[in-house]
Amino acid sequence: MSVLVLLEQRGNLKACALEAATAANKIAQAAGMDLIAVYIGQSLADDSAQLAGLGINTVYAYENDALKYYSNDGYVPIVRDLVQELGAKVIIGSSSALGKELCASVAARLGVELVQDAIDVQWDSGLLAKKPVYAGKVLADVRITDSPAMVSLRPNVIAIEKNGDTVPTVEQRPMPEVSLRTVLKEAAEAAAGQIELTEAKIVVSGGRGIGGPENWPVVQDLADAMGAALGASRATVDAGWIHHSHQVGQTGKVVSPDVYVACGISGAIQHQAGMRTAKIIVAINKDANAPIFKICDYGIVGDLFEICPLLAKEVRKALG
Amino acid sequence: MKIAVLVKRVPDTTSVFKIADDNASVVTDNLKYVMSPYDEYAMEAAIQLREAGQAEEVIVVSLGDESCKETMRTALAMGADSGLLVKCDGAGPTSRGVAEALAAALKNVGASLILAGKQAVDDDASQVAERIAELLDCPHASVVSRMELVGDTLTVDREIEGGKYTLELPLPAVVSIEKGINTPRYPTLPNIMKAKRKAIEEQDINALGLDAAVLASHITVEAMALPRQERLTNVLEGDNETRVATLVKALREEEKVL
Ligand SMILES: Cc1cc2nc3c(=O)[nH]c(=O)nc-3n(C[C@H](O)[C@H](O)[C@H](O)COP(=O)(O)OP(=O)(O)OC[C@H]3O[C@@H](n4cnc5c(N)ncnc54)[C@H](O)[C@@H]3O)c2cc1C
Ligand SMILES: Nc1ncnc2c1ncn2[C@@H]1O[C@H](COP(=O)(O)O)[C@@H](O)[C@H]1O
Repeated sequence: MSVLVLLEQRGNLKACALEAATAANKIAQAAGMDLIAVYIGQSLADDSAQLAGLGINTVYAYENDALKYYSNDGYVPIVRDLVQELGAKVIIGSSSALGKELCASVAARLGVELVQDAIDVQWDSGLLAKKPVYAGKVLADVRITDSPAMVSLRPNVIAIEKNGDTVPTVEQRPMPEVSLRTVLKEAAEAAAGQIELTEAKIVVSGGRGIGGPENWPVVQDLADAMGAALGASRATVDAGWIHHSHQVGQTGKVVSPDVYVACGISGAIQHQAGMRTAKIIVAINKDANAPIFKICDYGIVGDLFEICPLLAKEVRKALG
Repeated sequence: MKIAVLVKRVPDTTSVFKIADDNASVVTDNLKYVMSPYDEYAMEAAIQLREAGQAEEVIVVSLGDESCKETMRTALAMGADSGLLVKCDGAGPTSRGVAEALAAALKNVGASLILAGKQAVDDDASQVAERIAELLDCPHASVVSRMELVGDTLTVDREIEGGKYTLELPLPAVVSIEKGINTPRYPTLPNIMKAKRKAIEEQDINALGLDAAVLASHITVEAMALPRQERLTNVLEGDNETRVATLVKALREEEKVL
C-alpha cells in the first residue's frame, strides 16, 4: 500500500512539491505505507537532489517536451493510470493554481472525493485534513474515507523537513500517447528575481494610505529590503494604482507568509480573508483605531511615509 | 450557441460566522445569502458574449434546494434567459456528487460553453467546474481572467502564480472564471421585474439516473472552529527610531522570521 505525492514543477521543482512530500512522508510513516511520487515534466535530473531525505522510495518520471507545461489532457490521464496501476491509497498534491486543476480533474477521473487547499493533513487511522471554508472565516477538520483518499495542500503552510540524504530511485516511464485538445499559445512566467505573492515568505502590502500610485516606491523599497513580494489592498487595485494580481484578500490572493506587513491598510474583513493565516502580522497605519491593529502582532501607529523608509534602513542594517 | 452558467447560492462572507452546538457546522439562521462572487463574473461574461451576438441563449444552472431560486432570479435579472434548478433538499452531496449531478443535467442542456466561478466561497471546494469538464470529456481551463471567442475557438488567459498561460480551447468547453475579467452589472429594477416572468425548470436530483454511490459522501466534517486569534496586538511605543528598531529586533530574535 502506498502514498503517492504529485511533484509539481514549472521548469523547476516547486517548493510546494517538497512541502507536499514532507506531509506525505509523515502520512506514509504513520500509516505504515510506502511513499512514492510522480513527476511529469522535462528535466527531473536537474532537480532530483532536492528530493533526497524526503522518504520517497520511487519517483515515476514522465519526461517529454510535450509535458513541459501543465495541460489537463497531458497530465490527468498519466496520474489516473498510475494511481490505478499502483493502487495508491492516499494521494497528496499541491493547491497551487495548476495543482488544484490537476487534482480536481484526477479526482473526477478516479471518481473519488477531494479536499483542496488543506492547511494541514495527518493520518489518524484515516486521512484527516484541516481546511479554511467561508473564505477563511472558519476552519474545518474533515475526515476523508474514500479510497484513494485525496488532498491538496496550500503552498507555504508546511515547513519542508528532510531526514538524511537518501535519494529516491527514479523510474523513467515511457511517454504515453497524448492528444492535446487545448493549445498553449503563450506561457508568461514571473520575471526572474520577482517573488510571487503566494509563495513569498514575506509580503509587504500597500493600501489606500499610500495616497497615490506614484508612492509605490516607498512600499516597494521596504519590500526589497525585506526580500518580500509586493501586495496591495483592493482599494488600490480598484483605483487603478496597481494590477490586480497584487491584490490580497477575499477576491484576491490568499497568502500565508511568515511575515505580512500592512502599510496604510485599514484591515477590512475582506482583506483579512487573504492574510489572516500569516504567521506574524505587522501593521503600519496612522489611525490608532484602524481594525488592522486588532489583528496584528506588532503595530506602529504612524505615517507610513516616515516609518517605511526608516524600517527599510533598519532591516538593511540588521541583515548586513 | 447556448451558454450555461453555474451559479451557487452561498452565505455572504461578510457575515459574522458562529459555530453551532455540534461543533461541526455554522449557525445558519442569521446568515444572508448571495450569489457566490466569482459566479457573478461568470454571469457577466456570458451576457457580454450574448450581447456581442456570439451566443443566442444564456441559461443559469444551480443545484440546491428551493431557496436557490432567489439567487437564480438575480442571475435572470442580470440577463440570463432561463434557469434550470437541479433540486435536492437538505445538505446535498459533496463536490463529487454535485459535479456528477450537474454534469448529468447539463448533458440535456446542449450548451457549447459552460462557465463557472473559480470557487464557491462557502466550502471553497475549488473543483466542481473541473470535475464537470472531465465528466463531460470537454477541454477546460480554470482561473480565467480574459476570454475571447472567435468562431469555435476560445482564447483564454489562465492565471498562475506569478504569471499566466494563454490557452486555446475548442468548443464545447468548460471555463471557470477569476475576478477582474469584467465588472458584473447590477440588475436594474425593470430587469428585476422581467426576471420574475422568466422560466426556471426543475429537475429532481434523484431523477437523473445517477448511481446512488456517486451521490454518497465520503467526507465527514469532524469539527469546525473559528481561526484562533492569538495575535500579540503589541502596538509599539516610543519615537520612530525606537519603534522601528524594536520591531526589527522582535522579528529577528523572538519570531525568527527575518
Ligand atoms: C465582496 C467584497 C470583496 C472584497 N475583496 C477585497 C479583497 O480581496 N481585498 C481587499 O483588500 N479588499 C477587499 N474588499 C474591500 C474592503 O472592504 C476594503 O474596502 C479595502 O480592503 C480597503 O482598502 P484599504 O485598507 O487600502 O483602504 P482604506 O480602508 O481606505 O484604508 C486606508 C488606511 O490607510 C491609513 N492611512 C492613510 N494615510 C496614511 C499614512 N500616510 N500613513 C499610514 N497610514 C495611512 C488610514 O488610516 C486607513 O486605515 C472587498 C469588499 C467587498 C464588498
Ligand atoms: N451547487 C451548485 N450549483 C451550481 N453551481 C455550482 C454549485 N457548486 C459549485 N458550482 C459551480 O462551481 C464553481 C466552483 O465551485 P466549488 O468547486 O464548489 O468551489 C462555483 O463557482 C459554481 O460556478
